Amino acid sequence: MTDKTKRGQLSAQTRTIAAQTSASGSRPPSPDRRRFLTGTAAAGAAGLLGSGGALAGNPDNLPPNVPDWSRYLGVGVDANPYGMPVEFESHVVRRNVEWLTATTESSVNFTPIHEMDGFVTPNGLCFERHHGGMAVIAPEDYRLMINGLVDRPLIFTYQDLLRFPPESRFHFLECAANSGMEWRGAQLNGVQYTHGMIHCVYYTGVPLKTLLNEAGIKTSGKWILAEGADSSGMSRSIPLEKALDDCLVAYSQNGERLRAEQGYPVRLVVPGWEGNMWVKWLRRIEVGDKAWYHREETSKYTDLLPDGTARKFTWAMDAKSVITSPSPEKPVLGEGPQVIKGLAWSGHGKIKRVDVSTDGGINWQTAKLHAPVLSKSLTYFTLPWSWNGEEVLLQSRAIDETGYVQPEMAALQEARGVNSIYHNNSVQTWLVNANGAVDNVRLG
Amino acid sequence: MSVSVKRSLAAAAVFLLAGSAALAEEGKIFGLGTVATPEQIAAWDIDIRPDGQGLPNGGGSAEAGEEIYEFQCAFCHGDFGEGIGRYPVLMGGFDSLTAERPEKTVGSYWPYASTVWDYIYRAMPFGNAQSLSVDETYAVTAYVLYLNDIVEYDQVVDQSNLADIEMPNAGGFFVMEGTEFEPYEPCMSNCRETVEILGKARVLDVTPDDGGQAPIE
Ligand code: HEC
Repeated sequence: MTDKTKRGQLSAQTRTIAAQTSASGSRPPSPDRRRFLTGTAAAGAAGLLGSGGALAGNPDNLPPNVPDWSRYLGVGVDANPYGMPVEFESHVVRRNVEWLTATTESSVNFTPIHEMDGFVTPNGLCFERHHGGMAVIAPEDYRLMINGLVDRPLIFTYQDLLRFPPESRFHFLECAANSGMEWRGAQLNGVQYTHGMIHCVYYTGVPLKTLLNEAGIKTSGKWILAEGADSSGMSRSIPLEKALDDCLVAYSQNGERLRAEQGYPVRLVVPGWEGNMWVKWLRRIEVGDKAWYHREETSKYTDLLPDGTARKFTWAMDAKSVITSPSPEKPVLGEGPQVIKGLAWSGHGKIKRVDVSTDGGINWQTAKLHAPVLSKSLTYFTLPWSWNGEEVLLQSRAIDETGYVQPEMAALQEARGVNSIYHNNSVQTWLVNANGAVDNVRLG
Repeated sequence: MSVSVKRSLAAAAVFLLAGSAALAEEGKIFGLGTVATPEQIAAWDIDIRPDGQGLPNGGGSAEAGEEIYEFQCAFCHGDFGEGIGRYPVLMGGFDSLTAERPEKTVGSYWPYASTVWDYIYRAMPFGNAQSLSVDETYAVTAYVLYLNDIVEYDQVVDQSNLADIEMPNAGGFFVMEGTEFEPYEPCMSNCRETVEILGKARVLDVTPDDGGQAPIE
């Protein structure tokens, strides 16, 4: 067998494994959904949601009875040295859309944002987007190189990075293709799928500026190239101004070291800008005087317009919001009091206001923003509401501190047509049907 | 004193001697890290720019690249770059950028030939990245360009001429001036007369069964 055929077969094998992995990826229906089905059966002729859709529960555990857990000892410490969510929450998982991509190694899964209370994403639920699978790198085998237009090219070890004064900040990371399936019309019936390419965690790391300082940027330096150590060698050009402004070379998320799928041991944080630039498994920073125009800033992550030209360097994520409950995954379980919950964010700073409509945009009410409202971070909003059992159309609209107002899809289409894929930050509409089920719809 | 501490102190000394105006103004220098050697840099610094900066010495033609492509690329991208299954199409799509369904390929969309070289060398073949030699990369780059009628079959693409190859969509990209939507005070009541539902995702039925919508009875 020649070397060449061997390589060909290796690729074939990779593909088979990918196919198998994705085939075994199905899971049982989520409890929410089961609950909904149970509710349907129980409600019967009395109407789908008359009872408020509550789970019946085991009568032995309900008042006036005393349940077992009130009598007998519970589980001791150390049952789980690293704690996992309780079994009843096992439906709260990342999910992917198999038909979207050829392999799971170059693919994406989605954060279950409909299950999030608040603005912080638990580490294990942060969506994953890999271009060559998840690299697993031991910290002792990690090196970060800084080269190019610097006075002194340097190599840092992981331990070196931990010795620099750190900085910690919350930031959202949104894939530029989040909601990218929705340009032509309502496509995916789930907020996890329409808006789940986003997460928000508390990063700790070294300001990129500190490291660039250490190497000494030559005056001709205008750009950096950030490059990953994974098998896609992910690479993006970033203007030096941004690199020196607020970028972090992060090693920690939510108080623990990065998850492998988020770039362990080290990833770049590029606050407010599209997720693809937040290079994971960061292995190299090169300083240069021009952009590199690599694949992810030409073939991808450029916004094609109707006239055939394309916008390049559309890095910032404009203000956006979405109602996460009610949503297709979170049907309304009965008439009467409800809370509309959602997330808002802007790559240009803080969220100033979120308005919510229950009539498809005819009238709006301002929602409550939950503290803290931070720059380039998710902001959690809620609005108490009472459902009268009729069809309603829910929308949310974010306004950021620059005064930018989240646009309607009609305005976006007017400006960009329907083929730009990226940067769809339009207002999302959910239809609450008379039976409480919720649909992703497009309004005219 | 440990070797690494000694090394970083030495590094710091070298650095302070080198100095630079920009650095003097900026914050503190910690003297952490070690100086990257030319060999280390050469091995990791694989990026190529449109002006040809970074291209290594070497070359190859589509003729030489054909066999490499057949053995190492066609499996996913198809014999003619037409793409197998959902793997990317590498060829054609000319004049489709204004169409209802544009086909963005190396030939129809990519502005620079350097990007083809850079991407193939760093990331392809998928699952065995950085395995092609420099000459193989030139050759298979030439082959992908040949599939798009951009170079001739026997034309040698090398360090000296790759940057001069003109891609059909070279002028297709621009930086947006100003902002897309100006700030305004949005309407709060009676903002529209009617509301019409144009489409529902449920009707389309492409959402995975796991997760997503709860059923309507
Ligand atoms: C095992 C399947 C496989 C093989 C073999 C393979 N590729 Fe790829 N190729 C891919 C995938 C998957 C992508 C997209 C990766 C991503 O999403 O980041 C891709 C992307 C590309 C692209 C970018 C396409 C675009 O429009 O952005 C080029 C160019 C390319 N491959 C060339 C090659 C060449 C040349 C070879 C042979 C040396 C090769 N590929 C071998 C799977 C493969």
